[in-house]
Amino acid sequence: MLTKDELIEIETRLNRKPNHTEKSVFDAMWSEHCSYKTSKSHLKRLYTNNRYVYSGPGENAGVISIGGTDRIAFKMESHNHPSYIEPFQGAATGVGGILRDIFTMGFRPIALTNNLFFGDPAFSDDSKRVINGVIKGLTHYGNCVGVPTVSSKIIFHNHYEKNPLVNAMAVGHTRERILGSVAKDSGKLLYVGAKTGRDGIGGAVMASDSFTDGVDLRPTVQVGDPYLEKLLIEACLELAKTGHVIAAQDMGAAGLTSSATEIGIKGGSATFQGKCGIELNLDKVPLRETGMEAWEILLSESQERMLFVLHDWGIEEAKAIFDKWDLDCVEIGHTTEDGNFTVYRDGNVCCNFPLSALEYPELERPWTPRFEKEEVQSEYRFSTENILSQYDSEVQGNTIKGIRDDVAIVRIPKKDARGKDKHIAIYTDSFPYQSYINPDQGAENCIVSIYDKLISIGAKPIALTNCLNFGNPENPEIMFEFKETIDAMARICEKLDFPIVSGNVSFYNETSGQNILPTPVFGAIGLMEE
Amino acid sequence: MYKVGVVIFPGSNCEQETIRFLKTYQEFEVSTIWHKESSVPKLDMYVLPGGFSYGDYLRAGILASLSPVMNDIEKYASDGRKVLGICNGFQILCERKILSGTLRKNNTQKFICKETDLYDNHMNRYSIPIAHGDGQFYCDEKDHFEFEVAYRYSPPIPNGSLHGIAGIYNNQFNVLGLMPHPERAFEKHHKSQDGYKVIYNFLSR
Repeated sequence: MLTKDELIEIETRLNRKPNHTEKSVFDAMWSEHCSYKTSKSHLKRLYTNNRYVYSGPGENAGVISIGGTDRIAFKMESHNHPSYIEPFQGAATGVGGILRDIFTMGFRPIALTNNLFFGDPAFSDDSKRVINGVIKGLTHYGNCVGVPTVSSKIIFHNHYEKNPLVNAMAVGHTRERILGSVAKDSGKLLYVGAKTGRDGIGGAVMASDSFTDGVDLRPTVQVGDPYLEKLLIEACLELAKTGHVIAAQDMGAAGLTSSATEIGIKGGSATFQGKCGIELNLDKVPLRETGMEAWEILLSESQERMLFVLHDWGIEEAKAIFDKWDLDCVEIGHTTEDGNFTVYRDGNVCCNFPLSALEYPELERPWTPRFEKEEVQSEYRFSTENILSQYDSEVQGNTIKGIRDDVAIVRIPKKDARGKDKHIAIYTDSFPYQSYINPDQGAENCIVSIYDKLISIGAKPIALTNCLNFGNPENPEIMFEFKETIDAMARICEKLDFPIVSGNVSFYNETSGQNILPTPVFGAIGLMEE
Repeated sequence: MYKVGVVIFPGSNCEQETIRFLKTYQEFEVSTIWHKESSVPKLDMYVLPGGFSYGDYLRAGILASLSPVMNDIEKYASDGRKVLGICNGFQILCERKILSGTLRKNNTQKFICKETDLYDNHMNRYSIPIAHGDGQFYCDEKDHFEFEVAYRYSPPIPNGSLHGIAGIYNNQFNVLGLMPHPERAFEKHHKSQDGYKVIYNFLSR
């Protein structure tokens, strides 16, 4: 929820009181989940570039070049809060979300991995419910959408009992044009995919808060449809080849609001002279339910929806492609040159303010070292054939080493008869107990161990992604853990020339006052040497 | 040239490796057929690949079995042209009644992806992976005369299939339905290359 100070800040920026719809937009965009307000200033310190990096943090996913025109995009993301409330759908939509980050950029997803953190099922029935639901959700979505899950690591510790972590990583490959996420030219906005319903409204705000026992939050969890996602993958990749796409966004956290405004906020090249605006007509958005209000449509987190900015002349061809794949697509607006976010509903303007007003001022939260540490046990790892065999780890036919191996190896098939196959190694890990004892040392050890592991199987370590799961950042001791982790990452990655190209931060992993162990999870890509 | 068509339904997800597998045969000319095509060219063999056609909603394979393309496939199958259904393709053939029997949810109630050993009627052994959630073959007693068993799982049977059945031919031996994935057993990095033997057995019938 917006604080009083934030409301005053909005009023000064707009020179008036925001209406209800505008307030909802600010509420979602300024949530921790969307704005990264706590972590932004820290993340700037990271080492993010070397000769392999094609594009680093800032886009949907990090992209690295592995020789020739072959490029790999990869990113890790958390879906912790929803997975506790409704494990099956929470985990399933987590996979859907991370896959969309990859193919939105024009990459074909070629591998999935996950890192799961649970309470011990031997001591708690609730953990059993969560574990069964999460694994069912992950396997259901990943298998149906046809992307192999090549690695799954499960860690148990009693601190995750009321706040399990579900971190999923997706890897994509392309040799074609890469799609950007911001408008560099004026065009029409095309809405594609599922209809908008009331599911997931307020999801971003929910994920930016800690839990209290006994409150039913299930309506804030989205529902996934892997079949629709598969159609979106194929249609999106087909559309990417046409060259008509100016920008592509998936509707993830904060739905239409964040995808539409992100197209504009960072947009503004020569065409717009820095003033790219967005105009939306909500009457055209396909709705699943009747009587939805403007703020509900703007903030719905219904899954499997995408937003494209297309050149005028490409609209017909794009519609033909989506028609072929039986996908709904509607023109819902266009870019403007006034720099404003303008939204119409029933012919009335319900939102109208400069996009630049949405930029959240960075926050410097105080931190203090933790002097008294409660003694905790070390985490333990466990997995069974019964769990691993539920993942389809071989679909697409390129899995050299799969889910039963320590390091996964995936083949990139050669382009033509004259080319050569390439192989990438994928490895993820996390040392939460070490991070709890010493956040700096824990993160360093984890990165070094990942680096060593890749070297040991004959791969050259190329780049890292991460998902930083922490407790409540308003607690200065948690903030200290976070800052120390970032310090270690910045230092050791530069030393190893092992850049971090994408990432995700998940705060507020706290239920009824119990914080999780600081859990930075790292995922790495290595290139197998000939 | 031996002409092979791979039928693509929305939600098919094993078509790429199936095409790669078939292209390793130099005498095969491989093309793809989109499921909305109502007039299908006459080819020597049609392949229905694995995946989750229409998300396997309602029941695995049933929606795809009503696709326009299936009218011609059914006709060509009765003309004696070869039709191969792998995994979801097998489910589609059963739903369309081109093959008898049905595929139920695994008795473990879970998706299973792992290596399995198969035996044919001459007790030759094949090592081919499975990956399915609905692979438990079942049929009525009267249907037993409508098909020939092609492959059985070696015990323990992973999914509770009747008599351990993993794949069946129709009585004319021109239609084969297979739950295991031969297209996941032909390359150097696969655990075996027995996928070729399965295709050889089918074509030599």
